[in-house]
Amino acid sequence: MNLPGLHRRGFLAATGAASLGALALTGCGSSDGPATSEGDGKPRRGGRLRAAFAGGGASETLDPHLANLFVDVARAKALFDKLADYGPDLAAEPRLATKWEANKTLDRWQVTLREATFHDGRPVTAADVLHSYRRIADPKQAFRAKASLEPIDLAASRATGERSIEFVLKRPTAEFPNVLAAFGAYIVPEGATDFDKKPIGSGPFRFASFTPGRSAVVRRYDDYWDGAPYLDELEFVVANEESARVNALLGGQVEYAHELNPTTARAHENQGQIEIVRLRNSAMQAFVMKTDRPPFDDRRVRQAFFLIADRRELVDGALSGAGEIGNDLFGKGYEYYADALPQREQDLDRARALLKQAGADNLKVTLDTSAVAAGFTEAASIFRDQARKAGVTIEVKMGSKDSYWSDVLDSGTLACYRSGAMPIEAHISQRLLTDSTTNATKWQHKDFDALYQQAQSTRDKTERAAVYERMQRRLYTEGGFLVWGFADWILGTARNVKGVERDAPANTLDWARFDKVWLG
Amino acid sequence: MRFDSADKGRGEPRDKPRGRRGRQSAYRGTSFVARRLILGGVQTVAVVLLVFALTEALPGDAAVALAGDQPDPARIAAIREAMHLDRPAYERLADWAAGLPHGDFGTSLASGRPVSQYISDGFGPTLLLAALTVVLLLPLGFGLGVLAARHEGRLIDRLVSSATLAVYAVPEFALGVLLVGVVALRLGWLPPTAVGYGTDLLAHPAALVLPVLVLLSRPVCSLARLVRAGMIDALAAPYAVHARRYGVPGARVRYAHALPNALAPAAQQLARTVDWLLCGVIVVEALFVIPGLGTVLLNAVAERDVPVVQGLAVVFGVLTVVLNLGADLVAHRFAPRAGVAA
Repeated sequence: MNLPGLHRRGFLAATGAASLGALALTGCGSSDGPATSEGDGKPRRGGRLRAAFAGGGASETLDPHLANLFVDVARAKALFDKLADYGPDLAAEPRLATKWEANKTLDRWQVTLREATFHDGRPVTAADVLHSYRRIADPKQAFRAKASLEPIDLAASRATGERSIEFVLKRPTAEFPNVLAAFGAYIVPEGATDFDKKPIGSGPFRFASFTPGRSAVVRRYDDYWDGAPYLDELEFVVANEESARVNALLGGQVEYAHELNPTTARAHENQGQIEIVRLRNSAMQAFVMKTDRPPFDDRRVRQAFFLIADRRELVDGALSGAGEIGNDLFGKGYEYYADALPQREQDLDRARALLKQAGADNLKVTLDTSAVAAGFTEAASIFRDQARKAGVTIEVKMGSKDSYWSDVLDSGTLACYRSGAMPIEAHISQRLLTDSTTNATKWQHKDFDALYQQAQSTRDKTERAAVYERMQRRLYTEGGFLVWGFADWILGTARNVKGVERDAPANTLDWARFDKVWLG
Repeated sequence: MRFDSADKGRGEPRDKPRGRRGRQSAYRGTSFVARRLILGGVQTVAVVLLVFALTEALPGDAAVALAGDQPDPARIAAIREAMHLDRPAYERLADWAAGLPHGDFGTSLASGRPVSQYISDGFGPTLLLAALTVVLLLPLGFGLGVLAARHEGRLIDRLVSSATLAVYAVPEFALGVLLVGVVALRLGWLPPTAVGYGTDLLAHPAALVLPVLVLLSRPVCSLARLVRAGMIDALAAPYAVHARRYGVPGARVRYAHALPNALAPAAQQLARTVDWLLCGVIVVEALFVIPGLGTVLLNAVAERDVPVVQGLAVVFGVLTVVLNLGADLVAHRFAPRAGVAA
């Protein structure tokens, strides 16, 4: 049975990081929010919005630290807050924390909390924050944010007041705010356990009801520190089939449908029935080359592969045109992205010459792919055809959907890859350092590690940006990620839904955010 | 195939009076039922063992599936330990099997909730869909079959036959998409999905129309064709001719003499249909967002949630056994010579 679009294990993937982004207020009527749909008019209070997401079935939970799927995050975001979250450029922005200050060596951070209350009226305190972080870091548990919180020495960190915390770090970390914004690092009240029956958070909505895999209803929290939401109620419903989400939206059964196909979007864009929202730069699309083994241990072969890719053709074919071309670097449009580097173009003659130099003419490579993410199998066959023109024989191998990511982490030589949005710093620390836990390209270089440490101990932002640029230049020249595109994340909304932020890559604060949305 | 052996019995003259035959089959039925029950039990155990073995053999386990695209080996190991997946397979199987006699299906790996809750939650919507479909299927299938058989070779027969063949050829998914597109979205007569209604589907009967139509489409066709074939055979059989020669009215010959013969294969087909309705409505549930057993199964497989898959396998196994047992008993009662193999 080939049901289209059952890849509900979202794209989230991005692990780690995440947070708030900027312009928390966009869309709430202030006219300075860039890129909000124009002409949304004055926000109105009231109504219930129903939002359809692909879900996790009966196993879903409201425990925000277990959030793994998009729908989990959207619900967690409605009920809970993080200390920080990612803006549209993936820089951390304050949320529950009003400010953070580092000492000179960047290994002790003072974080001050704003005055906020949980839904039961208790204030959010330093003790709650430490409790939440210690819960995530519990060695007996496997919460997703654990890896992100790793830089913090939680045993040494302490509350210095009701609303101030001193975080002691294991090493200098200039990008510490990214940790506060990490994917899944939500603040729960001290002692909270029963998340499915009565979750209490400090988020914009209060819990009303929840049936795993079906529906979760939340109501406006009037005392929310960032201003009460406009909606009276928000209901999350789960529909795993993309066609079901679209049909429900078209039939007026929901007002917001997450994760639509490019073809659906094209069919309904500007048709007047529903609004299509494209969140740019949401998902990196790449091939990974394992740099520690033949043939990719020769940098000339990697460079030849960079030159083989016709990125426009890949974006048009594998993403149905819904995206932008990549330049072999992660994080287009994000803070610290090296956008001064020239756009790579296909150059088959040079590719052939490089392969010849490397003694790799008549090269044969196996490309691992799987139906685990949209466009993967298409990208593989398109790239196979492109490579043939350069004299490279690529054999496409289909892998299992459910174990794909762990299968390709260590085995194979060339594989389809994608990643959700996260700060460039997180991408580097999780995937490109010698001891990174998910280093799929096997990029392991002491000098590169040293550059990362240097960036993390550089206080000055401009200097730090320069270090990041050096690292990216190196990856651009000879790295293992052939980043050919960035996919749009596509949503559909009913025409009366206003204030949906458009400049919000998936995983950032303004994505799947409903407290600034209203029904017109 | 039981069905084939039923064919063999058809058409032979009946020489025994009805009463005696009934008694005899009741007597033979006892050991027949017992044998069928034992066989059913064995089948269920076999299904469960097979499912367990296959799930073990799949690449990756629940920890890998849960880790998704963050396959940090340390995290996978931690998840594995938290789920007790680091224990040997036979221990996990034994623990689970030990719970079964007290109705304990174990707990889900993914959520830690009891598997029995998954099953009871998913059962309602699936059962509702199945019941509605069967209630409509019986009169429709038999009606069309008898109608076609009565007019064998004439226009009505050809209409029914070609229509049932055509509809049967359309996959459920395609038919569902088509119906939603036309009836729900273009004409706006019915809701396109049951999204957000949860298990309380009866409160939204309109949402049930399209799913039931899609579910009905193929079984109606196969049932009608079977009934038609059985009826035609039976009507041409010497005993029917004989009855007619004695002046027994046509309707009586059709319904009292011929139809029961067509019932045996139809009952077995029906059992398979109900089985399919209960276990395999995945497409319809996905398309219309109905949170039934199919959805539970799909999610559990994707997450490698072995206890849930096993729990469902037991339920499906038992259901299949019971339904087929029932069908065989019906077949046994109406066409004892069909020699239903136990």
